[in-house]
Amino acid sequence: MLNKNPAWRYVLVISMLLLALVYALPNLYPEDPALNISATRGGTVAEQTRLQLEQGFRAANIVAKSVVLEEGQILARFNSTEDQLQAREIANQQLGANFITALNLAPATPGWLTAIGATPMNLGLDLRGGVHFLLAVDMKAALDKNLNDMVQTFRADLREDKIRYRNVQADIGRGQVQITFRSAEDLAAAEAALKQRDRELVFTTGSDNQTLLVSLSENRLKEIREYALEQNITIIRNRVNEIGVAEPLVQRQGADRIVVQLPGVQDTAQAKEILGATASLEFRLVDTDGDLAAALEGRVPPNSELYYSRDGRPVLLEKRIMLTGDHITGASSGYDEYSRPQVNIKLDAKGGSLLSASTKDTIGRRMASVFIEYKPGTEIGADGNPVLIKQQEVINDATIQARLGRDFVITGINSPAEAQNLATLLRAGALIAPIQIIEERTIGPSLGKENIELGITAIQWGMVVVLLFMAVYYKAFGMVANIALVANLVLLVGVMSLIPGATLTLPGMAGIVLTVGMAVDANVLIFERIREELLEGRSVQQAIHHGYDRAFATIADSNITTLLVALVLFGIGTGPVKGFAVTLAIGILTSIFTAVVGTRLLVNLIWGGRRVQSLPI
Amino acid sequence: MQVFNFAKPLNFMRLKWAAVVLSTLLVLGSFTSIAINGINWGLDFTGGTVIEVGFAKPADLVAVRQTLTNAGYDDAVVQLFGTSRDVLIRIPLRPDIAQAEVGDTVLQALNSQQADAVTMRRVEFVGPSVGEELKQDGGLAMLMALLGILAYVAMRFEWRLSVGAVAALAHDVILTLGLFSVLQLEFDLTVLAAILALIGYSINDTIVVFDRIRESFRKLRETTVAETINDAITSTLNRTVITSLTTVLVLVVLFYMGGALIHGFATALLFGIAVGTYSSVYVASAIAEILGISREDMLPPPPVDKEGEGIDAL
Repeated sequence: MLNKNPAWRYVLVISMLLLALVYALPNLYPEDPALNISATRGGTVAEQTRLQLEQGFRAANIVAKSVVLEEGQILARFNSTEDQLQAREIANQQLGANFITALNLAPATPGWLTAIGATPMNLGLDLRGGVHFLLAVDMKAALDKNLNDMVQTFRADLREDKIRYRNVQADIGRGQVQITFRSAEDLAAAEAALKQRDRELVFTTGSDNQTLLVSLSENRLKEIREYALEQNITIIRNRVNEIGVAEPLVQRQGADRIVVQLPGVQDTAQAKEILGATASLEFRLVDTDGDLAAALEGRVPPNSELYYSRDGRPVLLEKRIMLTGDHITGASSGYDEYSRPQVNIKLDAKGGSLLSASTKDTIGRRMASVFIEYKPGTEIGADGNPVLIKQQEVINDATIQARLGRDFVITGINSPAEAQNLATLLRAGALIAPIQIIEERTIGPSLGKENIELGITAIQWGMVVVLLFMAVYYKAFGMVANIALVANLVLLVGVMSLIPGATLTLPGMAGIVLTVGMAVDANVLIFERIREELLEGRSVQQAIHHGYDRAFATIADSNITTLLVALVLFGIGTGPVKGFAVTLAIGILTSIFTAVVGTRLLVNLIWGGRRVQSLPI
Repeated sequence: MQVFNFAKPLNFMRLKWAAVVLSTLLVLGSFTSIAINGINWGLDFTGGTVIEVGFAKPADLVAVRQTLTNAGYDDAVVQLFGTSRDVLIRIPLRPDIAQAEVGDTVLQALNSQQADAVTMRRVEFVGPSVGEELKQDGGLAMLMALLGILAYVAMRFEWRLSVGAVAALAHDVILTLGLFSVLQLEFDLTVLAAILALIGYSINDTIVVFDRIRESFRKLRETTVAETINDAITSTLNRTVITSLTTVLVLVVLFYMGGALIHGFATALLFGIAVGTYSSVYVASAIAEILGISREDMLPPPPVDKEGEGIDAL
């Protein structure tokens, strides 16, 4: 018999390898030091901005490799980090506070590769440098605040329904509200009334028949937790975008955790200030009597203050604050009956009565929402950290149509997107659950670079050692295995580059080294099997055929269990370890392919088609 | 070229009781050391702060310690890391300080009090709850991996072999933990990853032997169980040794060239693979034999050959 393979099988394997090679290529190109310029909220980056920057760079004798406007951002590439840093200063001077400049490393992938979606592998923070934060949302604070809100609401509701009660108080430890009555009748009436207002409440009556214990349903508690988490994620995402980080990651982890990764950021103190900065919200009346023109010249009326809206329009607002954002319990965007976008706002009981009182006599006037945020500025304070700057902007003003209460809507919003944005900001101003940093990992840029170099050296030497060993031990068959090993590395890198979620980390690089050592196992199994078959007196072609067939079951069994372990690792691991699990799993799959399918084709091509008496194995 | 070429199967099972005694002693020794010395848990598990700084010149550790004491961190552990210019500072968790800020204040203190500026290479802070969770999750992961393998091997082979395989894996894991405890090497997250990778590697080895045991049982009809197992181990010995060798080679490369961050990882795997190679030959098969595996257990033809055909059809 002869061992031959149909031509299509060669075509298939070769085209797969070529494809992997093409997708692995971008990793060979170096990265350019670059600047990312984007606009802050409300602003836009235009072609004019780009030209202005180019001129600025030219005037300062900085050679930019390219300055392009893409997807509303400008990307400027430079030859050196010095140029990049200098260019950042110039960009900051020229563009001012409405733009964010971020230092970045832009892959210098040629256009034809980018066009087919070939990009380099994602590098983990341990390789590129940067900060990793794990934040915990203080859920207890969110639930406690909710409990206190419930107390206020119950008091107001019972008063409104004219049900007499002795006392309403929160029992924080048990997570319930206690209402005491003078009689069992009052209690029954209260239970009925409160139940009608909110179906998510759970009632239990105390043994004395005069105490009503109210808690929230599991469903509602879950909702509150989810809301607190989502709210924090939205706020952090907004803030991170403003720090000027090229590719930030803000991701939920589990029930109450948030992962924030800021590649390239070194100044953790600043990053922490920004993450921890507080935002708040105020509602104020618009001062329509005051002279805006005079105020702009510096003569602001004594009872008013000058504010600016997001698009830079000046607004005079009364000094008196009608309501602060901490009374907001929810804000969501939606549509009115004519499907025009609107924002629905819910207040707590106290906020409702405050707003109701202050809008009693002001129907027809305009009410503005002011968003206040503290951000680190360029100035450095005595403690070495940037001084926080109070930033205030009017995010909306609308006419008060009626006396407002606990639920009200803001209409007259231009687009659904704007309504959504406004709702987000309103919620951000009423942060109900504080966050706490429970894990922080910062890798300096020099260590990141060193780690890459160490990893590459280890992979190179690991390869050399194994290639030499196989060539010496198995001779020509060893060379076949070596070709498979190199193909395996190409395939592994190609697949890693192709999968968007796969990230290369330092343990991941160790995983590649390990894969190199273990990938030859399949070939060792096959070759040993072929030797045995030859010893047992089979013909050369039969030995090859049986060697591959018999070894395959073993290879499959042993690798499936290893794959199982890689999955478990992926499940528990975070960051770098997850990267290890990913490389291990992909390495197992690619090595089976190259070592079993690939080498068989090659072996059959060389020895399978002719009558040979012995094998160089 | 061939490492071993035996005319007759070696009598491995002759030494099975010696192996059982040796392994039991080693496992007990590991447990004793873990109980007495404990495990030197790294930052990932204990929580705390680790700061790695680089100096332009070889670092003066005494001066660094003095600076830290002045800054109020008299419980800081200062040591060189990798080179004489790299210093690693560990600061344990303390309830009286804002943990998340330790990194920043230490860097500031070093930069203001030392003659030469230091460069921040790495700052890691892990809160107390995170470390505790990681220990639980890590233990759970090992258990899950072992149970998954137990189920898979029981399904594909036979329960006695399955028990043998998992006992061998547990043996490898316990001995590696024992080594880390005896030498008081730091046990961090990468070491946990290494131990799980070791489970993967070691089961690989064991299954190759088991596969051959199953095959030998069907092929050799007139031999005893011990002889069959001996035959299987002998005929896979070349492969076992060569694969272990290439893996050990790359691990040695990793140990010497992978940098200080990978040291623990490489150490755990190097030791684990040595132990794993021994255990897949002795522990796994010996336990299966002691549990009384017989030819009949292996006879109903499992779908082994089908998979061979599957690849042929590709």
